[in-house]
Amino acid sequence: MGFIVRRALSVETIARAVLGPDRGAVATFAGHVRNHQDGREVLRLEYSAYEPMAEAECRRIVEEASARWPVAVALEHRIGRLEIGDAAVVVAVSGGHRGEAFEACRWVIDEVKRRVPIWKREYYADGTESWVDPTASPLATGALTARAKEAE
Amino acid sequence: MLHDMPATIRVLLFARYAELFGADHLDLAGRPGMTVSDVVSSIRQLPGGDGLPSRPLCALNLRQAEGTEPVAAGDEVALLPPLAGG
Repeated sequence: MGFIVRRALSVETIARAVLGPDRGAVATFAGHVRNHQDGREVLRLEYSAYEPMAEAECRRIVEEASARWPVAVALEHRIGRLEIGDAAVVVAVSGGHRGEAFEACRWVIDEVKRRVPIWKREYYADGTESWVDPTASPLATGALTARAKEAE
Repeated sequence: MLHDMPATIRVLLFARYAELFGADHLDLAGRPGMTVSDVVSSIRQLPGGDGLPSRPLCALNLRQAEGTEPVAAGDEVALLPPLAGG
């Protein structure tokens, strides 16, 4: 099973993979490339991965979710060059009821962001580019501090 | 003589860390009792290594690993820049 792919993602296809006659609730999450980051205009992205570990980690996340909730889980993350609006990650979870489907879907995307070794290079409108470091995001530190100061 | 040859440990580098060293992997001579932290310390002494944090996220054999975990010949160590998937 390939969790890491180099082609366009289809929410419909991934959601269909978790359908079952006893599972009436399907929750999906799709993360798309947006055109701005920390106030800068983004033109496109390049995702790369430590593929063997990314595959292993996605498999563990799916297994852990299936053990925690009575659900079926499908997950794909795209790598390579992506344009604005392209889906970078899709999660689909089906269960007997919406509660477990929503809950497990949220957990899976959070764990993907926390554990799967994937990196993102952003290309900006001003011609510059850089690796994205969520731990150093101004949204997490600087910008909030600046906004708090403005509010004072 | 095989037992006298130092075991080589392959260290994989990704994204910004690969750029620091201009390589996607480095080979280190393994030492008995070596840990993940020892591997990081050795790598930080190489040219480009001063750009590496003292405690980067590491993986050992496809799992995130603590610095105290022992590294043996044939293990695959990877230094992981801050993850940015999703």
